Amino acid sequence: MNNQSIDIQIKKTYLDSSSVEQFITNDEAGGIVLFIGTVRKFTQQKEVVRLEFEAYEPMAIKEMTKIAQHILDHFPAKKVAIHHRVGVLAIGGIAVIIGVSCPHRKDAFDACQYAIDTLKETVPIWKKEIFTDGEVWVAAHP
Amino acid sequence: MNIKLVAFGIAKDILQHRELPFTVQSDATVGDVKELLKTTYPKFKKLAKFSLAVEESYQSDDFVISEGQEVVIIPPVAGG
Repeated sequence: MNNQSIDIQIKKTYLDSSSVEQFITNDEAGGIVLFIGTVRKFTQQKEVVRLEFEAYEPMAIKEMTKIAQHILDHFPAKKVAIHHRVGVLAIGGIAVIIGVSCPHRKDAFDACQYAIDTLKETVPIWKKEIFTDGEVWVAAHP
Repeated sequence: MNIKLVAFGIAKDILQHRELPFTVQSDATVGDVKELLKTTYPKFKKLAKFSLAVEESYQSDDFVISEGQEVVIIPPVAGG
């Protein structure tokens, strides 16, 4: 489903922001926004040991591609990349990288914000937080 | 008729299986299967929400499921 303007990946290994930057760099773009989501050490004062991500991969790829296509259709974006990690991540590990290039910065910021907000709503990826004293599937319960 | 449930995240913990055969009425809809899941596994009632996907897409409650179809349980997602 990828085309020359969209790069969607789900990876079991380290996410590389330079490869995202390289993909979205474009002669017609004057603004590139990269969002890098990382594993933080504390959630509501509880200390996180690690995160475990799992994805329903074929559907996650489809939903991430829909987000990227929406950006190309509704923002003056030149290129969109969304890379998501699965598996076990330690503190500081990179869980997601989103990159958008647009002629002007405001559109690039807005499109990148749209991408991460929508990803958190629609893409079938789950994360389990493992604390020093237990574990929880994030967002599962109200 | 029989369908194949596939579960991720907390849904896998509730079913205690990644995949599980499940018997539902003929011509059951997504809404019917969600109700049956809540009755069979009351822990589904405690989730913030859950959706069902068929053919790699979210399906609304009136979607009619076919014999043997793979139905994927999507608990609240938490990517990023």
